[in-house]
Amino acid sequence: MLNAPDLAAIWLTLRLAGLTTALLLVIGTPIAWWLARTRHWAKGPIGAVVTLPLVLPPAVLGFYLLVLMGPDGPVGHLTQALGLGLLPFTFPGLVVASVIYSMPFVVQPLRQAFEAIGARPLEAAATLRASPLDVFFTIALPLALPGFASAAILGFAHTVGEFGVVLMIGGNIPGKTQVLSMAIYNHVEALEYGAAHWLAGGMLLFSFLALLALYTRGGKRPT
Amino acid sequence: MSIAARFRIAFPGFVLDADLTLPGRGVTALFGPSGSGKTTLLRAIAGLERVAGGHLVVNGDTWQDDERRIFLPTHQRPLGYVFQEASLFPHLSVRGNLDYGRKRIAAANRRIDGDRVIDLLGIGALLDRLPARLSGGERQRVAIARALLTSPKLLLMDEPLAALDYARKQEILPYLERLHDELEIPLLYVSHAHDEVARLADHLVMLEQGRVLANGPLGATLARLDLPLYLGEDAGVVLDAVVVERDAGWHLVRAEFPGGSVWVRDNGLPVGHRVRLRILARDVSVARHKLEGSSILNTLPARVVDVADDAHPALALVRLDIGASPLIARLTRRSAAALELRPGMEVWGQIKAVALIG
Repeated sequence: MLNAPDLAAIWLTLRLAGLTTALLLVIGTPIAWWLARTRHWAKGPIGAVVTLPLVLPPAVLGFYLLVLMGPDGPVGHLTQALGLGLLPFTFPGLVVASVIYSMPFVVQPLRQAFEAIGARPLEAAATLRASPLDVFFTIALPLALPGFASAAILGFAHTVGEFGVVLMIGGNIPGKTQVLSMAIYNHVEALEYGAAHWLAGGMLLFSFLALLALYTRGGKRPT
Repeated sequence: MSIAARFRIAFPGFVLDADLTLPGRGVTALFGPSGSGKTTLLRAIAGLERVAGGHLVVNGDTWQDDERRIFLPTHQRPLGYVFQEASLFPHLSVRGNLDYGRKRIAAANRRIDGDRVIDLLGIGALLDRLPARLSGGERQRVAIARALLTSPKLLLMDEPLAALDYARKQEILPYLERLHDELEIPLLYVSHAHDEVARLADHLVMLEQGRVLANGPLGATLARLDLPLYLGEDAGVVLDAVVVERDAGWHLVRAEFPGGSVWVRDNGLPVGHRVRLRILARDVSVARHKLEGSSILNTLPARVVDVADDAHPALALVRLDIGASPLIARLTRRSAAALELRPGMEVWGQIKAVALIG
């Protein structure tokens, strides 16, 4: 069965994924809205940068984040100057890394949801005296709501499953930065297959349920 | 009371160059084939298309003047806009859609009564439905009501009937006529359908490839001989008339216009009703003497005003005056030559068909 460090890892993972998803919905919404609506030349480059974590090996991403946030990196300088200390091997560091790592999984569904609305409902709202911000909250957000559900599910599930970036940034400190996938890895290294099965099986079930929620909900979406 | 609009927009392969003064009341049709720039012009007037260097004054209010750095964004312009597709908000009920614009204007500016609009457009029974559960015609009626409920100072409609089939069009046209008759809001109506223009418009702007071909009162503009070239088979005049007499035995009514009257099929309109008559150039022929023994019911004394070439070298267009009302006849040039038609000549106009509209 599960021991205390395992439970701590599960709790840590849920906190990390929950916080990351919440932050990503806040940060990702304006980015996705801008990418969906703009005709600016920077749309391509910024879209590519945001999507980069999707194709980059997690180790590469983790390595650069470690360098940036380390004592000699620019982000490290900044956090030290602000009296926050260094981010690597801390929970906040994990959150920052996860936000970047899971960004495309939140931004892409949101962007697609915004693009699917098209210009017409937004123009119609403008002719009915709604300011751009008003249009966003009363028309764009409600119409993109299914996209928000997809984005939250994907962002959460993807953060729960991360390994490489977490290993680079967080290390493997039980109760502090040790997440679920790391706990599984430790059990396997120690040949504790029974405990590994519990955690891995749980992950499998969780991932299946997340995708099930995504697809059954998608099937009910009005066309 | 007028609308002054000046826009010059260059797209690849297309330039819209319009400098228009339009009446600040009644229905102005922006008429032209696809790609003539009429929708672009309407969008520029709405502020949906930002045209650098544009200038727009609506009944004394400047909406755009780039020389003075004035550009009201769309949501600050007191206008109503009806798109070709109804564009209702799918997540709101009909009532929610109607309230969307209405609640965004100050209560003091709500000059149009909500119940009256709902009644005028016949949508009272639909208020709790979602747009997905409406027919195409119902949706468009809701969209028109939604625009009206913002009490606009200018109403813009972009081919509101084009996406509807014939039956749905006939369903909505009477409502548009009632708007025209009952509300004091100037309406710019984009269309490429002659019948809609003939039925609704008071003023006509003809556009072709981004240029303004004509801009004037409907009757006078349609009576010009240089425009039928663009109208083809639909060339003809529209006359305002009144039903003055009914011949119940033959199911006919007599419609009188300044200078004459014609007998037309009785559509059940009461005596005293104002109607429009549409007489196509191809349905008018000319005779030097009044013909006896003809099946043509309406033969009227007329004076030749002008004779001009038509698009096809075999055809000529003859502008006639029946009293104060114009008529255009499309003849072969051989006939025109044989009759020796010249301005000032007294002839008989024979009208084979009259469409009574409205």
